[in-house]
Amino acid sequence: MKTCLVVDDSKVIRKVARHILETLNFTVSEAADGREALNHCMASPPDVVLLDWNMPVMNGMDFLRALRESALPGRPKVVFCTTENGMAHIRAAIEAGADEYVMKPFDRETLESKLQIVGLA
Amino acid sequence: MTAMTATAAATSSVSPKNMAVLTQLLEARTGQQIASYRSWRIDTALKPLMRDRGLATLDQLVSRLLGGHDLPLADQIVDALVNGETSFFREATVFDSILAAVTEVEAQGCRARIWSAGCSTGQEPLSLAMLFAERREETGAPIPEIVATDVSETALSRARAGRFSQFEVQRGLPIRRAMRWFEPEPQGDWIASSDLVRQVVFRPLNLVSPHWPPGRFDVILCRNVLLYLSAEGKAGVFSRLAAALKPDGLLVLGAGETVIGQTSAFEPSRRLRGFYELAVPVPGAK
Repeated sequence: MKTCLVVDDSKVIRKVARHILETLNFTVSEAADGREALNHCMASPPDVVLLDWNMPVMNGMDFLRALRESALPGRPKVVFCTTENGMAHIRAAIEAGADEYVMKPFDRETLESKLQIVGLA
Repeated sequence: MTAMTATAAATSSVSPKNMAVLTQLLEARTGQQIASYRSWRIDTALKPLMRDRGLATLDQLVSRLLGGHDLPLADQIVDALVNGETSFFREATVFDSILAAVTEVEAQGCRARIWSAGCSTGQEPLSLAMLFAERREETGAPIPEIVATDVSETALSRARAGRFSQFEVQRGLPIRRAMRWFEPEPQGDWIASSDLVRQVVFRPLNLVSPHWPPGRFDVILCRNVLLYLSAEGKAGVFSRLAAALKPDGLLVLGAGETVIGQTSAFEPSRRLRGFYELAVPVPGAK
């Protein structure tokens, strides 16, 4: 089974994403901020990270930069999943190494489609 | 509730009389039938029309339709009932095959012609336009002529406007392509670039009518359209699709569709898997 780390400070969003991802046959783990997510990736790199932007402790962009600069074997796909829907944010995320971008609110079809695009669904 | 009970309960929300009126209207205008498994959608699909007119029940809507004084109503009901399900780059591998097919045509010195039949709100032809516009940027190769048709004027208006909701623009479209070819609006819709929309000729067309786009095509996409037609309607459309295809042309159907057992005009393509080509006539066969 493929693995996905859902990183979002909203428990509700994590729950919704987990439910969708499990129906898509992913094994899901969760983190509430970028620091927790980075520790998780170092210990157990997932196939894909579903990443919120605005979070306490370490935000999504700082997490992404740290992840891409790390010596982590393999390269987990990163799909931003955020309410930051302006072109400037999207461009910044892609330039920082995000593979895809989901604009909230999202539904099952959107998430499945984006995971297909990165080759994981 | 069991699945069977749920289906029966949902189906019963549309009375047989209303169902007969609506199915006759849809079939007369589009050739499409409403399969019993889709009947549960009728109430939901028509709710916005009822709300706009201050009508509380489907009975009232059907009475108004039969009254004949609300002239736009019939068109609006047909638009609401036609299944417009589509997305960008639907079944993405199909587009790689179309690229290969078009390259073959161009190798003979011709500009390829593609027809997207039943294009709904335009995601399929605009995906083709993106594909070939990107190829033009890389190689200078021309963009094929892309003709897109649909029975619904409402769907075509949306296609021509190139306006898509945030949900629509995220289905099948990689974010890099969305950034390249679309502009977000503050309200959340995304607008396709006019350069892109200009590559597609959108035309109203009822596949079961005798008026078809002029000329013949190298590739015809008719995906997830024929499954809503009667056996007779399907046979007629297949025969006209055959007449609209060039001798070496290719027909593309939806992933769950086939020509086998439906028509003798086409056979599975030997060149591209999942595509269909004109059947070679068997000598002596009628």
